[in-house]
Parts: sequence; C-alpha cells; structure tokens
Amino acid sequence: MARIGVFVCWCGSNIAKMVDVKKAAEIAGGFPNVVYSADYKYMCSDPGQNIVKDAIREHKLDRVVIGSCSPRLHEPTFQRCIGGADLNPYMVEMANLREHCSWVHDDREKATDKAIDLLRMAVAKVASDEPLYTTKLPLTKRALVIGGGIAGIQAALDIANAGYPVTLVERTPSIGGHMAQYDKTFPTLDCAACILTPKMVDCASNPNIQILSYSEVEDVSGFVGNFEVKIRKRARSVNFEKCTGCGICYSKCPVRKIPNEFDEGIGDRRAIYVPFPQAVPNVPVIDRENCRWFKEEKCRACEKLCPSQAIEYDQEDEILTEKIGAIVVATGFKTWDHSAIGEYGYGKYKDVITSLQFERLTNASGPTEGKVARPSDGKTPETVVFLSCVGSRDENHGYPYCSKVCCMYNAKQALLLKDKVHDANAYVFYMDIRANGKGYEEFVKRTIEDYGATYLRGRVSRIFESDGKLIVRGADTLAGVPVEIQADMVVLATAMEPQTDAKEMARKLGVSTDQHNWFTEAHPKLAPVEALTAGVYFAGACQYPRDIPDTVAQASGAASKVAVLFSKDEITSEPMIAYIQESSCAGCHLCASVCPFTAIDMVEVTDPRTKKPKMVARVNAGICHGCGTCAAACRSQSAKLRGFEDTQILAEIEALAEITSGF
Amino acid sequence: MSEETTTIEQQTEEQKPKVWKPRILGILCNWCSYAGADLAGSSRLQYPPNVRIIRVPCSGRVNPQYIFKAFQRGFEGVLVLGCHPGDCHYAKGNYYARRRLMLLKKFLPSLGIEPERFHFEWVSASEGIIFAEVIAKMTKKLEDLGPFSGVSVVQGVTQINTDAEDEHR
Repeated sequence: MARIGVFVCWCGSNIAKMVDVKKAAEIAGGFPNVVYSADYKYMCSDPGQNIVKDAIREHKLDRVVIGSCSPRLHEPTFQRCIGGADLNPYMVEMANLREHCSWVHDDREKATDKAIDLLRMAVAKVASDEPLYTTKLPLTKRALVIGGGIAGIQAALDIANAGYPVTLVERTPSIGGHMAQYDKTFPTLDCAACILTPKMVDCASNPNIQILSYSEVEDVSGFVGNFEVKIRKRARSVNFEKCTGCGICYSKCPVRKIPNEFDEGIGDRRAIYVPFPQAVPNVPVIDRENCRWFKEEKCRACEKLCPSQAIEYDQEDEILTEKIGAIVVATGFKTWDHSAIGEYGYGKYKDVITSLQFERLTNASGPTEGKVARPSDGKTPETVVFLSCVGSRDENHGYPYCSKVCCMYNAKQALLLKDKVHDANAYVFYMDIRANGKGYEEFVKRTIEDYGATYLRGRVSRIFESDGKLIVRGADTLAGVPVEIQADMVVLATAMEPQTDAKEMARKLGVSTDQHNWFTEAHPKLAPVEALTAGVYFAGACQYPRDIPDTVAQASGAASKVAVLFSKDEITSEPMIAYIQESSCAGCHLCASVCPFTAIDMVEVTDPRTKKPKMVARVNAGICHGCGTCAAACRSQSAKLRGFEDTQILAEIEALAEITSGF
Repeated sequence: MSEETTTIEQQTEEQKPKVWKPRILGILCNWCSYAGADLAGSSRLQYPPNVRIIRVPCSGRVNPQYIFKAFQRGFEGVLVLGCHPGDCHYAKGNYYARRRLMLLKKFLPSLGIEPERFHFEWVSASEGIIFAEVIAKMTKKLEDLGPFSGVSVVQGVTQINTDAEDEHR
C-alpha cells in the first residue's frame, strides 16, 4: 500500500486567506492511502521543506502531495526536497491551491471545497506514481556546421576554439558566403573582404575544422549527441592534395564568358574556376556542364598545363558518413527574383540591376575592379536611383515582412556612389527609413547631409527606357507630387528570402519552418538560436533577415550552445517520456506517424508467446520530448507516457466523481 | 432553464441551501493553457469556482477516453484547452488534438450528450483574461443547459456539428 503524506501551504496569507488550510489538511488526511497530513506557513522555505523531509522519514512516506502554488513554479523545488529524503524525486504531485484557487475566488467556503478537491485529485494521481529515472546517453563531440557564410564561419571558429572538432559543409566551391561578395559594410565602411578573409583563412588553418566545400548534406538521422550525417562531396575534378592553387588552369581555360554566380552574373568565369581570388579552399572546380571535355570530349587543356598533375576528370561524387553530436544550421538566404514586378523592367533593361550586383560593381575585386560602370555600355552613370522594399513589405508581389538590411545598404551604396563618382546624383526611394542599429541612424544622416544623396519618400510605379535614359516614375509623398527621374542606372533592393531548398533541409533535419520557409526557432524570445529538435541550432539569415553584427552574435550564441552540450560527457534524458508496451503493440505505426519528433522507430522483435518475429514500435529516449501524442493515438494503449499515464489521469477524474453534490 | 433543472434545484435546496452548480473538468496543456490559468491567478482575475483542472503535457496527450470517462462519472462539462496553432511546445500536438476532439464532439450526440457540454479552445500563456472568460462562459452555458441527464434526445445534430466546425476552423 502506498503511504502518502499531504502538505498544505499557507503561502503566508496568499492561500490561507481564502482557503481554510487547516480544514483542507485535516480532510486530506482521511483520503485513501494518506497516512499523514500537515500545514505550514511557507512550505517552500527551509523549515517547510524540513517538515516534509522529517515526515517522510518518521512516517515512512513513499509519496508526497504538496498543496501550494503552481507546479510550474515550485515542482523542481519539491522534487529536490523529497530527493533529499531519499525518495525518488518524481514521487511528488502538486495541487495548485494558489494560482488556480485562492487567488481567483472570493467565496472562502467554495474555495476551500475546491482546494480539497484539488488535493483529492493529486492524492489519486500520486498513488500510482512510479519512480522515474533519468537515463544517460552517449555523446559524440563533433559539430556539423551547414553553410560557410559568415554565420557558419563564426560558429565553426567558436566551436573549434572551445576545443571541439567541427565539420563545415559548404555547397559552393569556397566558403565566404554573401559577405564575400560585398564591397564595404555599414555603418563603419570596413571593407568586407578585409574583415572576412582572415576569418576564412583561420577556418582553413584551424586543426579542429574540416572544411568540406562543394559538398552538401544528403541525409541526417539519429538524435542529439548521436546524429549520423551523410555528406555528398561533389566531384571537383581537381585533386585536392596535389593542387597548389597556382591558377594556370583557369587562366588558360578556353571556355570563357560563363556568367559568374559569385559576381551575380555581371562578370565572367571559365569552365574551370575559383569563384573569387581569395577563395578558401583555393582549389578550382571544373564546371562539368560547360567544360569542353565533358561536353565534347575535346580540349583537356587544363590537364596538359597543370604543373602538378592535379586534374582528374574521372573523379566521382563521394558520400561521407560522419558521426555528429550537434548541428548548427547556417544556410543563409537568397535574394528575391523581382521579375514578378514587370513594371521595373528587370531582364528587359540591362541597367536595372540588383543591390547585390551593385555590390560587385563597386567591389575592388569585382568584374570592373571597383569602377562604377553601367552594364549596358560600361559608361560611368551620372544619375543612379535606388529603390527600397522591392518585394519586402509588399504582399501583392513579394513578402509582407521587412528585410531589415536594405535601408542600411541603400544608404551605404548611395554613399559609395557619391564617394566614387563625385558629381553623380543619388536618389533613394524609401517607404520608411529603418535604421535601428548602433551608429545606423547617424550613418543614414551622413549619407543625406554630408554626401548629398536625395531621399524621396514614396514608391516607384514604373521604369521605362526613353532616349537612352531610364525614366523612373514615382511619387514623393511628403511633397505630394509625382516625380520623374531620368536615370542612367537603377538599383533594386530586393527582398531577402529563404534558400530554395530550405524546406527540404528542414525535412532532413526534422525542424520546422514558418509560412515563408524561414527556419522556426524553439522560442522567439527565450530560445532564439535553438531548434525544437534538440541538438540543432540556427545561426544567421536562414532563420530571418539579419545584418552581419546580428548574424555573428547569433552564430556565437549557437556555438556556445554547442559548447555547453559538449561540456558534458553524457546526455541526460528527461524521464517523463513515452514508452511502448511491446507485448500488446500491434505494430500499426500509428504512434510513429503522429510523433512530431520522429522519435518512434519500428523494430522487429520475437514475440515471447508465439516465438515468431513481429514488428513493434520503439521510442528513442534521446529524441522523445514527452508530449504524449502517441499515447493518445494508440489503439491498444500500448504507447504510454511516464508521469502522465492513462491510469493516473483517469484516477484524477475518478477521484472527483465521488463528489456528487456539484461544485 | 428546463423544468428538470428546477426540480433538481428544489431537491438540493431542501437538503442544502445551495443553488445547483455545474461541475466542469478542465484538461489543460502545461505550456500554454495551464500557464494562462496561472496568469489568471497571478492577475487575481475572478472566475466561477466550478472547474477542476488536470495538467497534461500537451493537448495532443488528451485521450478521448478521458472526456467520455468524465461524462460517464457525472461531470456536466469538459473543457480541453491547448496552445494556439503554431505555438505548440511540441510543434503539432495541438493539431492532432483538434482533429481528434472535433471528431469526438461530432460523436457526442450519438451518445446522448449535448455537444455544447464539450468545449475545445486555444488559450495561450499570456491569455489569463481569456482563460477566466472561457470558464465563466462555460459555467453560464452549463447552468442554462442544466444537470446532465445521462441520455437526452438527439436533436439538430447536423446543425450543431456545422457550428462546432466553424468555431474551430
């Protein structure tokens, strides 16, 4: 028989004022299996906890009910308390007499009746409480960082510097990401390459970091501490060890005029190439779709010219399988294809470009070596119009959200234009200037006041060509007049959007995405870098539009989460999780199909009665979060949830059924 | 108020000078609705003392069996409260709850139970006020409906079902 002790707290006057605590404790003393009851002014205080501990020892209690505040507040306190008296910490139930009773009622008699009922329910539940134990699971101390932009680089460096090995997977031939494309960074006008490339080199030279560029994550299985990740290492056609990065191959490759993705299509590359001169790793890749050898079986010029015989046409994709403990997702963003807004003439007019293309135009290592030249004829533009919110804050064509960084880079680009072409006119059409960062507002002010960029509040309705000029027609809503500007070049600040395959990546990782396909964090305020799936963390603009400082901060945050996880030698799993009673499991898969965390696998076991093999469900303790959806779905009641068993919840209901007179 | 209710009221009045009050079972998810009920407490919002609350980790944990059991054992009303769509601590337990429990609600008239006796709603951790309102509304509704008579006539089933669906879409 269970020996239950009931302890009713006054909470000063918080409970005692509205509930007759002495009466409640007395009546609770007569409930089934209750052998002791007491009340005290502050049960959570040291003397209060000692009352509980002493009673456990004196009356040989094996389970305890505390009638006090919300279990969300003090359940851990009383679990520790009874643990201190050598009881299993999970042999306690709390009756919420404060938040759910004394504070919300003004009739003392009724509140006392309700308090007694709440104690009755807790007693009924605790009677069938079972001791629960946390389990220890092994942990692989190797992190996977997906994406080699500034977020991934920062996260990889921080984890590596904490002393843990990191595999950094990057899809393109070089790490660096979008930041490597930029010219200067707002608001300090640091050259992006000057602050990024040293970090890229650090990554390459850090013995804890393994860079897998030109590679993609194929599949992720397992759970926190014990992921198994399949990585496709695409065939580079160049031997990584032999290549010295001399560059003869790509300077002699006869296939020219392939638009360079890194230059956003305004510069060219060859069929064998490194995306940009500072690439890390500095090993070229053969683009098999354009290479003459792969298309026509002719040429092999690079093989003939390579001084270290590094060209290997017969390389094939490799699949690597890595054991990983934690994953940082830093897959970044892409820019929105604004051809949806036909009025802006993208594709039709060569001199209507995106901000990212403008970035390449002003970049000293870009296709024009930093000379601002318009794409159509290479002339220096005299009048440039910058358009904000192209696809952002635009539910009709693009997205309802604000892309957050465009106001700032518009100001930066207008400033850079005025800096490089002194007598140029810079016009910026904006909806609102959102300059909410350290030194941001001052920067915009500088662009307007010191550099003389003209800011026009309003939107542009149409861009068309007339007499070799681009006519930008819009409105200045502050002056209340329509505006028409004869421009040489138009720069569109296109919205940031998730990577095309973000949804697929989310599926591989078992994480969720929002309606736009940005990855969803565990909690928007209190767990902004964690995914709901344990052991998966987010960094940078794969979660939502972010600028560089925020991205770096979040990447370091994610890295510190990984370091915290790796600082222990084992993972402790929560005991209140689901389990399967295999003897009655029919192997119908229903539990597995409803599990939000894919924590249930089907395994083959030998039926102890028939001695024949049968399929049953099995809960992976490392993944299960203990929601109990499987337990509610199971038709044979074989899926169960520890701490919230059907029998316990039904006992709570039954306990109240004894009261027949109404509340 | 039905005639039957008045009779029972008179009966109880004879024994005790107390008006008949409904008994409601509330099954609340730990992360949103239970926290919402806690907030109602810490905000000192007053609501009728007719509800007894069971805490479960997630509304997805709610086995329809609990609701049937509650009615069988004489509760006049059952409430299940969970996180708003998209807010579930376990990502989608509340969606499973919605599907299961809406089906259950459709099924109630076949058992002779008025579907209004069962209510399913989203209450977030910040919605203490809504929690208090839900309890007050449910109490009022059940007072109007009267005591649970065990088996009642199935009337207007189709009508009720459509309403219930609209409410939770």
